[in-house]
Amino acid sequence: MAVQSPLTRKPTLAVFKFASCDGCQLSLLDAEDELLAVAEVVDIANFLEASREVRPGPYDVTLVEGSITTPHDAARIRRVREESKFLVTIGACATAGGIQALRNWKDVNEFTAFVYANSEYIETLDRSTPVSFHVPVDFELRGCPISKTQLLEVVTAFLQGRRPNIPTYSVCVECKHRGTTCVMVAHGTPCLGPVTQAGCGAICPAYNRGCYGCFGPMEEPNTAALSAWWKSLGVDDRGLVDAYRGFNAWAAAFREASDRHEAAITVRGASA
Amino acid sequence: MTASGVIDRAGLDELIAALRNGGYTTIGPTIREGAIVYNEISGTSDLPVGWTDQQAPGGYRLEHLGDGRMFGYVVGPQSWKRFLYPQRNVIWSGVVTADGWETVTPPEPPTYAFIGVRGCELAAIAVQDRVFLAAGDRAADPSYAARREGAFIVAVNCADPGANCFCTSMGTGPVAGPGHDLVLTETVTDDGVVLLAESGSARGDALLASLAAMRPAEIADRERAAETMAAAQATVPHSMDTTDIHDLLLGNLEHPHWEAVAARCLGCANCTMVCPTCFCGTVTDELELDGGGARRVRSWDSCFTLEFSYIHGGSIRQAGSARYRQWLTHKLASWFDQFGTSGCVGCGRCITWCPVGIDLTAEVAAIRASDLRPAVPVAADGTEVNL
Repeated sequence: MAVQSPLTRKPTLAVFKFASCDGCQLSLLDAEDELLAVAEVVDIANFLEASREVRPGPYDVTLVEGSITTPHDAARIRRVREESKFLVTIGACATAGGIQALRNWKDVNEFTAFVYANSEYIETLDRSTPVSFHVPVDFELRGCPISKTQLLEVVTAFLQGRRPNIPTYSVCVECKHRGTTCVMVAHGTPCLGPVTQAGCGAICPAYNRGCYGCFGPMEEPNTAALSAWWKSLGVDDRGLVDAYRGFNAWAAAFREASDRHEAAITVRGASA
Repeated sequence: MTASGVIDRAGLDELIAALRNGGYTTIGPTIREGAIVYNEISGTSDLPVGWTDQQAPGGYRLEHLGDGRMFGYVVGPQSWKRFLYPQRNVIWSGVVTADGWETVTPPEPPTYAFIGVRGCELAAIAVQDRVFLAAGDRAADPSYAARREGAFIVAVNCADPGANCFCTSMGTGPVAGPGHDLVLTETVTDDGVVLLAESGSARGDALLASLAAMRPAEIADRERAAETMAAAQATVPHSMDTTDIHDLLLGNLEHPHWEAVAARCLGCANCTMVCPTCFCGTVTDELELDGGGARRVRSWDSCFTLEFSYIHGGSIRQAGSARYRQWLTHKLASWFDQFGTSGCVGCGRCITWCPVGIDLTAEVAAIRASDLRPAVPVAADGTEVNL
């Protein structure tokens, strides 16, 4: 029995990829138990990882994976937006610029000159930016990769015409729900969990690792307080720069924290 | 006169086995991931025998003493709340049927026996009883009531209070207060580790009477237990001055110290998750993608999240200082107005498990040291002057 959709016909769903690894859209294919149910309630109009059939827009729900790194993609995301009623960005690349945003602190021309034999053919932007930097976004789903459970929640919420229930609190809440002992308190392992948004299910601490911040900054991250504690655990400014500059390096809170610690290295270097 | 006697480790094994044979799911302290957490146990070999814990603000380490004691540590990151008030609990569910829909009857929760409940934890269970049950039959929480009703509680007196324990300030330990079926006092004798077992209920009497391995308690056993607990009582290391704490905190709502705490506070919610009395939950409805079924789920929530105080238009407590203040003033002050007791039992979990080691007793002391309430005029004879 299908739920009554706000639409009278089956809504169309499209998936678009920009600079990314495809891991997030594969989460949809990964949802094996639920995929048939999804296909029953939405009309998949464009999803190249699943089908070569591509139907023209407009689309009711569009999932966008990847960051914007080329002039071509900057133009393409505008067209995607124009064709989409409800645009959801999925994953750290689309919502924060991804790991490739590390270029934002460097001169991208040096990279292209180093990597490509004829870099004059490479047309790239000097920064990797999130989709929201270019077009309005209706919902941002975090994660590197996203959680398939959260993806299904967003799709379900859209179909039912309600707000998705995606918590913005810290990973710590998930650790405590799961019954995982705090790796920072009990083992002295530096962990980004207290400043990172929940969603992954607190996987890394469950395997005795600190959180890597894959879901980006939580709602009100106090990076200064966490950094001070990391220092008491023996992590220096360099280590803190590296920690904040991961998959969500360009997310404002992590970017600012990493810049603070980089500045501290520079100041000490200059005075030495 | 309540029943009592002395058992050794084999006697405790017999006791646990008797509970299990009686249909109880026995839960007790075990070691996992470098901490002592509560899990199902089937005998004393599951207990952290010979282990102790070292606690500090934001720090916890296990240490192996090899002294054969079964309860030589204090409380870890979990509390019995996990079993009485589960972190995620389906409170209603239903499915679509051919001719409409029907409610799915939830499975009966297990009947628990909790082994190793400390004085502060007994007090915490009593606090949650007030929250979930005291409103009477009409407003009692059925999920909590079902788990709590038949639970058998084996308490343990704390012989070695931890570094963050302040039970003596809160009047909850280290000697376990009422509310248990049995209480154990562990001491070391020349013959090894023994437990003085004293009953606190008719069920406890019956269980003790059934133990073949129990011998009568002699005066020396009682004296040794009393000495152990007197020493423990004298060595509870931490404290909190609770004098006038209700008016102190509620009279200092604009104190600049709240901002000072917020500068250190991560807003991560760990303190509320580990607190054995924090009871806030959020209720969400989950609907299957195909609409074939729905669940109403209650999960642990925290006053440290923005969503917690979200009403139309936004969150009421935007600032970290407002959220910390809400937690502390509720726990230590307005809890009295709401439930007639303090919400704090002095277990120290929020101090140990705060990832950056914020110590609520220090924050209260800081406010007390610079109390901003207008001074009450005092007459020459020391009495307050009513203006």
